[in-house]
Amino acid sequence: MKRKIVTHYIIEQKITSESENKLSPSFFMNRKIAPPIKDAVDFDLKLKPYDKYVLRNGVEVYAVNAGAEELIQIEWIFFAGNCYEEKRMVATAANFLLKNGTTQKSAFAINEQVDYYGASLARACYNETASITLHSLTKHLHRLLPLVRELLTDANFPEEELLLFQQNSRQRLEVNLKKNDFVANRLIDEYLFGFEHPYGTYSRFEDLAALERADLIAFYDRYYRTGKCILFVAGKLPATIFEQLETAFGDLPLHGGVVEVPVKPVLPALERKYRVVNDPNGVQGAIRLARDFPNRHHPDFFGAQVLNAILGGFFGSRLMNNIREDKGYTYGIYSYLQNHVQQSAWVVSTEAGKDVCEAAILEIYNEMADLRDELVEEEELMLVRNYLMGSILGDLDGPFHIIGRWKNIVLNGLEEDYFYQSIKTIKTIQPEELQQLARKYLQPESFYELVVV
Amino acid sequence: MIQFSRFVLPNGLRVLVHEDNSTPMAVVNVLYDVGARDEDPERTGFAHLFEHLMFGGSINIPEYDDELQKAGGENNAYTTNDLTNYYCQLPSANIETAFWLESDRMLSLAFSKKSLDVQRKVVCEEFKEHYINRPYGDIWFKMREMAYENHPYRWMTIGKELRHVEEASLDDVKNFFKKHYNPVNAILVVAGNVVTEQVYELAVKWFGDIPAGDKYNRTVPQELEQQVARRMDITADVPVDAFLKTWHMPARLDPDYYVADLITDILGGGASSRLYQSLVKEKQLFTNIDCYHFGSTDAGLICIDGKLVKGVRPEDAELAVQAQLDLLMNEGVTAMELEKVKNKTESTMAFEDMSVMNRAASLAYYELLGDANLMNTELSRYNEVTADQLVELSRRIFEEKNSHTLYYRAKNNQ
Repeated sequence: MKRKIVTHYIIEQKITSESENKLSPSFFMNRKIAPPIKDAVDFDLKLKPYDKYVLRNGVEVYAVNAGAEELIQIEWIFFAGNCYEEKRMVATAANFLLKNGTTQKSAFAINEQVDYYGASLARACYNETASITLHSLTKHLHRLLPLVRELLTDANFPEEELLLFQQNSRQRLEVNLKKNDFVANRLIDEYLFGFEHPYGTYSRFEDLAALERADLIAFYDRYYRTGKCILFVAGKLPATIFEQLETAFGDLPLHGGVVEVPVKPVLPALERKYRVVNDPNGVQGAIRLARDFPNRHHPDFFGAQVLNAILGGFFGSRLMNNIREDKGYTYGIYSYLQNHVQQSAWVVSTEAGKDVCEAAILEIYNEMADLRDELVEEEELMLVRNYLMGSILGDLDGPFHIIGRWKNIVLNGLEEDYFYQSIKTIKTIQPEELQQLARKYLQPESFYELVVV
Repeated sequence: MIQFSRFVLPNGLRVLVHEDNSTPMAVVNVLYDVGARDEDPERTGFAHLFEHLMFGGSINIPEYDDELQKAGGENNAYTTNDLTNYYCQLPSANIETAFWLESDRMLSLAFSKKSLDVQRKVVCEEFKEHYINRPYGDIWFKMREMAYENHPYRWMTIGKELRHVEEASLDDVKNFFKKHYNPVNAILVVAGNVVTEQVYELAVKWFGDIPAGDKYNRTVPQELEQQVARRMDITADVPVDAFLKTWHMPARLDPDYYVADLITDILGGGASSRLYQSLVKEKQLFTNIDCYHFGSTDAGLICIDGKLVKGVRPEDAELAVQAQLDLLMNEGVTAMELEKVKNKTESTMAFEDMSVMNRAASLAYYELLGDANLMNTELSRYNEVTADQLVELSRRIFEEKNSHTLYYRAKNNQ
């Protein structure tokens, strides 16, 4: 591949205006002249609204009915992320093992039923939330909802499943710790937030070993079985979708109340610069530069997203042009704003040849300095505006992407016009404002700097 | 059912159009019929390096990426052992920009020395990032060399060694372009919010005057039927032992391909598959195990790949894998198991086809195979597979003499 795939925020909209380009074959054409384009900033993007239902137990259901294929995605979001755990790894283990046994069914029986219908049941655990995601052909949905109900009411976390999880996770961790990028990602989070904060913590061998079945059962009981749940449903939905969800989940004690996030202080590291040796024979270093940044509610967030795109947010960014396309120090370099609910971070990340790591870091700082010292030229800004708009337009195609946008808005407690504010900023932000943001945030002394070789 | 139209320009460029007006976007996908299997054994990694150079400026347009991004587009490309595929997605109102860009680089590259110098370094970093600076990163280099004696699947698309990439010259680049990058060896697919007639006009306008080029006729050395099992036992600085075993399997267009594909699902597709359930969950010999293949155009490999629980000897792990294969070969599969893997295939295809980009790439690939309509007919080929066929093909594939076994031992385990 020419490049790594960048992880975007998930977004969605569609254009309402028709193509204005008149296309006509011509006998004479000059290949040096670009065909006329419609600036993407002129597109009127719309985020398809969701339907909302509330089950009789108070559980909210957000639904987007769209798409041509007979497919469905249902996500059960629980407030059961690692910030709720009192013992490290309990949230992750409970989430992972949720489908590995009920009092009625073994893990194998559960997996076989899911696989038989060609479905998948993914789990994921984040800082605040944890999820179960079902993907299925719409025609099989009614066979699968009772199974999910069983998992949410009757998971029993068999001892042997936990032992296996511990053993396999331990070995996976051993392998991952050999990878410089894995080690760098753990350390940079720890510098930013402190090891005691859920955003800065990571799993260690001793945490895995200390897990007990009773921990998982207690966590499950409080944060899943009687926890707060929100449903996000998307795809080509059957007419009976809400009846089906009401039947399967409407009587469960998912109380729908507010769950307070336990407050743990952010304790950033005092030292700013780190050089860590992980693999003495390695040929590349993992470089991470990161600083703290407010969350999505902060007025600077929208502008910073545009500034980030210019710095390192896409393939045409300054960092990519300089450090890959001009110097050839790396296969890829990106910058991004981390997606945390409480407090975010601004990160620059790359893997570069061992002998050019320091030179690459200097160039990163040079690019920051340029953004502080010089106004962004109109031509570059227009390119970035168009790229971002086109990318939103393309990224948000289809029901799964639309619901992803809404999920982001709901779970972060954002205003419903968040999407449109973001677009407005992309269309209108001026070079002076970008420069102010660069002067405020892109100061080398505010960044942690780490190289793991 | 995926609807499409197909036409061939006088210069041999095949053009396929798939209309989907539910999206505001258009996808332009250009596939070139060249992959790592077409490389000189002394200049491996070239097809992939060349893919990078396709973004280094064409004869009339210095910056491909900038122009596409201005039009609100995004793009990427990939090289496999069989083919090289370039795709971009942009708002459909700006589709002509993609025609302009793609046709110009099919017409001629700028052949910039600077681009070659930089991309050689970039590809070397890609090589290091994925295959050197990574535990088990070299496992497939070793397996391919063991499994193939003649066929160029013997090397990875990234190249046999860094030196080959470092030594690529501008003349190599020019010759490669002339030989492979022309209309007669390419397939253009346009999909999304487009109108077929309009695409036809644009194709004629932008691609019509590009010289056809010579049809590249592939003469790839094929493997002889393997007579003796091959084995390799290596030790490296990794934390845990790994086990990898492969067997030759039928080519992409062989009717048995579908049977082989379902065999891998029975053995290794997901948490209820046989190998996972028996060797990870019950016997606890592996921490993970999978069975898969790469879907290669020429005869490929079925692979069983896993990491061992500490303290388990690779010899014992292999015996346990063999016991599972014996079970399949002797007792076959249940009706429910067969139904399960067919359902899974249906669902996987449906989810894949959700994205216009995937639909475009699939159409291009099936056209390369010789029939774009395979896109619509393949599911029924899977559904026709019987339990007897699974057993019969398993017996042919999982013969010991058809196999290659690699023990990848951890240094400090000994």
